[in-house]
Amino acid sequence: MTETDTAPAGTMGEVGRARRRKEDARLVTGRTQWTDNIQLPGMLHVAFLRSPLAHARITRVDVSAARGRPGVVAVFSGRDFAAEQGSLPCAWPVTEDIVIPDHPPMAVDEVRYVGEAVACVIATDRYRAADALDAIEIDYEPLDPVLDMTEALTEGSATVHEVGNRAFTWKFAQGDVEGAFRDAPVVIDRTFVQQRLIPSAMEPRAVVAQTDGDGFTLHSATQIPHILRVMLALTTGIPEHKLRVIAPDVGGGFGSKLQVTAEEVLCLLITRRLGRPVKWTESRSEGNLTVHHGRDQLQRISVAAESDGRIRGVKVDLLADMGAYLMLVTPGVPLLGAFMYGGIYKMDAYDFTCTGVFTTKMPTDAYRGAGRPEATFAIERAMDELAAELGLDPMEVRRRNWIRHAEFPYTTICGLTYDSGNYEAATDRALALFGYDELRAEQADRRNRRDPVQLGIGISTYTEMCGLAPSRVLGSLSYGAGGWEHAEVRMLPTGKVEVVTGSSPHGQGHVTAWSQIVADALGVPFEDVSVLHGDTASSHKGMDTYGSRSLSVGGIALVQACEKVREKARQVAAHMMEASPDDVEFTDGRFRVRGTTTERTIQEIALATFAAHDLPEGFEPRLDAQATFDPDNFSFPHGTHLCAVEVDTETGATTIRSYVAVDDVGKVVNPLIVEGQVHGGIAQGIAQALFEEVVYDADGNLLTTTMADYLLPSATDLPVFVTDRTETPATSNPLGVKGVGEAGTIASTPAVVNAIVDALRPYGVRDVRMPCTPERVWRALHDRAPSAEEGASV
Amino acid sequence: MIPASFDYSRPSSLEEALAVLGDAGEEAKVLAGGQSLLPLLRLRLAYPTTLIDIGRVAELRGIADHGDHVFIGAMTTHHEVVRSPVVNEHCPLVALATATVADRAVRHRGTFGGSLAHADPAGDLPSVALALDMDLVVRSSSGERVIPAADFFVDYLEPALEPGEILVGARVPKLGPGWGFHYEKFHRTAQAWATVGVAAAVRRSNGTVAEARIALTNMGPTPIRAVAVEAAVRGAAADRNGALREAAEQAAEGTDPPGDLHARPDYRAHLSRVLTHRALLAACAV
Ligand SMILES: Cc1cc2nc3c(=O)[nH]c(=O)nc-3n(C[C@H](O)[C@H](O)[C@H](O)COP(=O)(O)OP(=O)(O)OC[C@H]3O[C@@H](n4cnc5c(N)ncnc54)[C@H](O)[C@@H]3O)c2cc1C
Repeated sequence: MTETDTAPAGTMGEVGRARRRKEDARLVTGRTQWTDNIQLPGMLHVAFLRSPLAHARITRVDVSAARGRPGVVAVFSGRDFAAEQGSLPCAWPVTEDIVIPDHPPMAVDEVRYVGEAVACVIATDRYRAADALDAIEIDYEPLDPVLDMTEALTEGSATVHEVGNRAFTWKFAQGDVEGAFRDAPVVIDRTFVQQRLIPSAMEPRAVVAQTDGDGFTLHSATQIPHILRVMLALTTGIPEHKLRVIAPDVGGGFGSKLQVTAEEVLCLLITRRLGRPVKWTESRSEGNLTVHHGRDQLQRISVAAESDGRIRGVKVDLLADMGAYLMLVTPGVPLLGAFMYGGIYKMDAYDFTCTGVFTTKMPTDAYRGAGRPEATFAIERAMDELAAELGLDPMEVRRRNWIRHAEFPYTTICGLTYDSGNYEAATDRALALFGYDELRAEQADRRNRRDPVQLGIGISTYTEMCGLAPSRVLGSLSYGAGGWEHAEVRMLPTGKVEVVTGSSPHGQGHVTAWSQIVADALGVPFEDVSVLHGDTASSHKGMDTYGSRSLSVGGIALVQACEKVREKARQVAAHMMEASPDDVEFTDGRFRVRGTTTERTIQEIALATFAAHDLPEGFEPRLDAQATFDPDNFSFPHGTHLCAVEVDTETGATTIRSYVAVDDVGKVVNPLIVEGQVHGGIAQGIAQALFEEVVYDADGNLLTTTMADYLLPSATDLPVFVTDRTETPATSNPLGVKGVGEAGTIASTPAVVNAIVDALRPYGVRDVRMPCTPERVWRALHDRAPSAEEGASV
Repeated sequence: MIPASFDYSRPSSLEEALAVLGDAGEEAKVLAGGQSLLPLLRLRLAYPTTLIDIGRVAELRGIADHGDHVFIGAMTTHHEVVRSPVVNEHCPLVALATATVADRAVRHRGTFGGSLAHADPAGDLPSVALALDMDLVVRSSSGERVIPAADFFVDYLEPALEPGEILVGARVPKLGPGWGFHYEKFHRTAQAWATVGVAAAVRRSNGTVAEARIALTNMGPTPIRAVAVEAAVRGAAADRNGALREAAEQAAEGTDPPGDLHARPDYRAHLSRVLTHRALLAACAV
């Protein structure tokens, strides 16, 4: 637990303090500006009619009756936009021969998933807009749905697009994989299912589009205002300089708002047609259907090992469900895991193949962790299976394989250079906090007593690559953009500081962390810093927030901008004090001539640069600076998570009894924020292990349209997490920080499933598919497949 | 989701409510706590023309001790039921089950009567009403009638209410000394509905079960009495030596468990046996 730090305004040592978030007073008292709160004069409301079929040809559309409904201003179908709507962008063509099908924001001739927009009503309020949807007539000629990835790749399968169901196959190999598997004393070969998930942000998606007849402004609940602006300019033909994108308060994203959505494009087109502002806010059910989904991979992993447990090589063969279209980074998501199936372990051979497959489902895309949770799950599950096969303690097998602290920096078989890490320290701390040996003893006792409630212990010694990313590496992976970030620091005449960041917070607490960094760098009070973000008019350069990149990329840009400000101020200070800049020292916001008591505060200097009455030759007025940082390397947080579960073998129910997380995220700017990220992350990972699952029926209808069907855990369903940290600074950036936004999610899922399988191993259970629902556990225990009448796949 | 439009009226007395309801026609709906009805409206699964909000009808609210029974007014919230000393003392099964309903927010809005009138077999209170043989008191502009719980739950979401009738409350018989109670609920998250629930009232004498009343939640289109268990358990030793487990094996007899995303029918049948056993053990306090 982190004590909150309510120390009064001091200027020193802000970095490392558990500051309460500046953002929260406003957020928790409802003085917020969510996109849905925006009211503009003459604003109209948009409701979308969505395809009720997974796959069909649109044979007739008649919107005339809807036009006559009360309050209706306009009704459009895909045909009305066909000439101007373009195709939603995919910015990550991972191979040269990738198939990127045309993706009209509103379907024109064919629908390919349930929920795809087919028409829309624009009315004076959202109720009337929703009412009039009933009056739109659309005839469909049903086509065969494509729902199963394996079947989709077989000869003669129905196809989602004419070109077939394979989007791409991407391969990567290092070392002599065949040699590693040939005659290997032990081979573990498993297939795991990464179920489909719905990123469930607290704030639903919402869009407000307006035009003054010349330019356009789009408010959107987005993570990526900057990228969105570029992409919308390219897709709608609105010139980039005539388009302003604003992400106001944004209530969570988890990747789901890292997208260029059909609704964003269509709202712009509608506003362009009608000349009036329009708003669309999704309902939760609409969101479950059409927020891009996450995960959905079939993972085959093989591990070849020596009889002492040392790994020779790893082979991975993935099928990744793209859904019906490739959206912004859809094909790249599984590849973000491509380099991580080796985890923290040393090996000499590695082989990775991923095939992206089209199905008639909602497209998938980034979801918290994007690719790395899948990789971590597979290797951490496989490590437990390897230990079981060899009769070794699962932690011991990990120790025999992991990169030792003394071996850093270490270049893995996948070619990544892990700059720093200390797996021994994090693990030792976790084991002590957990009481590992005592729990193992209790487990043995329960096994002996045949206690109907069995105890299981799950381990996850994870690392992940985040802090996206070196632009050069992204380029080599065919990603459509760079990975730099930008910051601007402006000292105002009164000595206050305004920061502009290109990073786009949606719940992370940037304003607080950025203030702490600036307070230390410039020696100004924490309270004197404000942060502007999320508006392309005020923050002109930015690459936005995803991939745990804000601090390790954007924070470094900020540090560099502060350095520039300090150096400029030093010039002015030296000039004012008639000293050489080399003789001027800076501490705690004061510039002092070495060895004297003559000094100027940074605030005085800010004022002097505003007045500009007497500045050094060539100095441009105002004390401000910008910096752009492009990292050389990714960030590699790591840690050890341990989970103890009790499994009721009579009902199949799993209860998490204790959960210990020791994370190493390098230097910590604000321990309270880090702890919040870890807690939320663990909760989301546990949710994948135990609760969440998207279900489509055999016709491709989404069954999990409400939160009664798509289960999210609440605090009541989760244990008290015991968290701690080790601190091994990153060497790849001057702050020594690593990303923390996704670590908890990446780590926790395998810890929980490993624990469940560990509990059930004496019963011959070797795997339970996620989510490990009570029914699945019960069936695994009783080896009882449901009969046809009871329903298909468990 | 966004509900379709409807008329709204908020009467302040029962008489006025009955009059409005009588006038409003068959497509009118009573609105109590709205915790079940509003989701149906928002998902456009129901299109009532008029909502009659009985939230201001004071007569429908409150709990009274009537000697041989406790009367719980329909508009009493779940929260008030859980907190009521009278309920906890004289009909603890109601309090035990109500405490498992959803979360605090829902319990502060959702009502006792709404839960019964909604007749959802996955609701926790219908099976409790059945186990305790409550009498449900119903009023219309033409008078009052009393419907035994056994006749009230006609089908899935279908109570024995006629158009124009409002559920006023329920008479909950006080079971005397010697009775033990338990509500065993199995659900996937704390806020989720019961996958299966078991309401049990057991009277012990001399270490055996003299009488048991057991009703099941979510084991068919209506709540259902586990009559086979009730018969089998009579005279069984009230201990952990197996007689209760054996009786509980009958739990799924005569049920028609639904299949949904949380449980398929055979698993529900299995759960009903395990949970009935646990409910019996707890009600017997062994
Ligand atoms: C998230 C969530 C979780 C829930 N979980 C549970 C749970 O675990 N267990 C559980 O038992 N319930 C659960 N509920 C439902 C909750 O208990 C509801 O309060 C209850 O089912 C209905 O009560 P209400 O007062 O809200 O009725 P309303 O929703 O207002 O009405 C329900 C129906 O009953 C009718 N009605 C209501 N009162 C009367 C009356 N006096 N006379 C005639 N007809 C009437 C209405 O017309 C309507 O058809 C949950 C609800 C939510 C939102």
